[in-house]
Amino acid sequence: MYYIDPHIHMVSRVTDDYETLAKMGCVAMSEPAFWAGFDRGSVDGFRDYFRQLTEFETKRAGWYRVQHYTWLCINAKEAENVSLSREVIAMIPEFLDRPGVLGIGEIGLNKNTRNESIVFLEHLDLAMKTNEQILIHTPHLEDKLKGTRMIVDMLCDDRRIDHSRVLVDHVEEHTIRAVLDEGFWAGMTLYPVSKCTPQRAVDMVEMYGPERLMVNSAGDWGPSKPTAVPDFILAMRLRGHPESLIRKIVYENPLEFFSQSRGFHFNPPEVPEAIGG
Amino acid sequence: MPIPLDAAEVLNREFLEVRAKILEIAAALDRLDRADGSVSGDQRMERIRQGLAALARPGSDRAEQVQLIFSLPYEEGWRKQFQLTEGRG
Repeated sequence: MYYIDPHIHMVSRVTDDYETLAKMGCVAMSEPAFWAGFDRGSVDGFRDYFRQLTEFETKRAGWYRVQHYTWLCINAKEAENVSLSREVIAMIPEFLDRPGVLGIGEIGLNKNTRNESIVFLEHLDLAMKTNEQILIHTPHLEDKLKGTRMIVDMLCDDRRIDHSRVLVDHVEEHTIRAVLDEGFWAGMTLYPVSKCTPQRAVDMVEMYGPERLMVNSAGDWGPSKPTAVPDFILAMRLRGHPESLIRKIVYENPLEFFSQSRGFHFNPPEVPEAIGG
Repeated sequence: MPIPLDAAEVLNREFLEVRAKILEIAAALDRLDRADGSVSGDQRMERIRQGLAALARPGSDRAEQVQLIFSLPYEEGWRKQFQLTEGRG
């Protein structure tokens, strides 16, 4: 089955992973800007990173005919440095009209601090002034509930924001309802230990339905699995769900959401799929 | 949206996995008891006890309840505490 991974950090992966993903049916992916594992020291460090995202990763994905899209921001872990964050936010528009840029992300909260909130709000303001879509990171483990509620508060406070153009990622059983009820898109991240398993993602599909719901691998430099979306596809099949439902979640939903970005120009696979179920 | 499998099929598919996970928890708790020192006053142990109790309660939202047990509380007045204004845009 063809699928799209809407949240995967390919800068952390080797080229062999692109080949594996292509073999498993991945036809497109989007890569939000994130934390490199260390705090970058200058705005030029981010400028180079954005060049990597918009130039080299697109090229590397293209070697395997995978279409690569990206989102730009300074992530929450580096947002404690408000002055650097403001420099980066001021520099982001240099890249917004580059091919494949879908919007601002992954912005969000990490430890739910005041500085993180300030930088999050300033990213929202940039997105509204430049008419960009937004992709959001929610915190992990014990911080997730509080941080997700704070993020939803800030999004709902801003009357300029079209909720159907916002994807809130890393939802789990205790946060998914608050996100979907407000009309946002929700992403379930399949990630060992700190996020969600394929089986629990299938449970949430059964409990909340497939509308405005996606799954992603977040494959990054941590212990993660870039082929987690095919694991979800298999878990859905083993549970007895039809191919049409699976395809909606892993292909049609990302396509519908991304299509709202002016930087999204998608070439469908040339070989059509036989849809069963 | 219904689960395509009935309860008996779910149990057949998942019994051994559930058994294995319960054994893992039991062994981890045994390991804690065998180790030197005490963690009885550690709040994480209280959360583990609450989580195990949640599994034994009836209902179809145990996963959500366990998530809530392991979550910091949300506070309505957080914006005021951070001196952030509401109603932007």
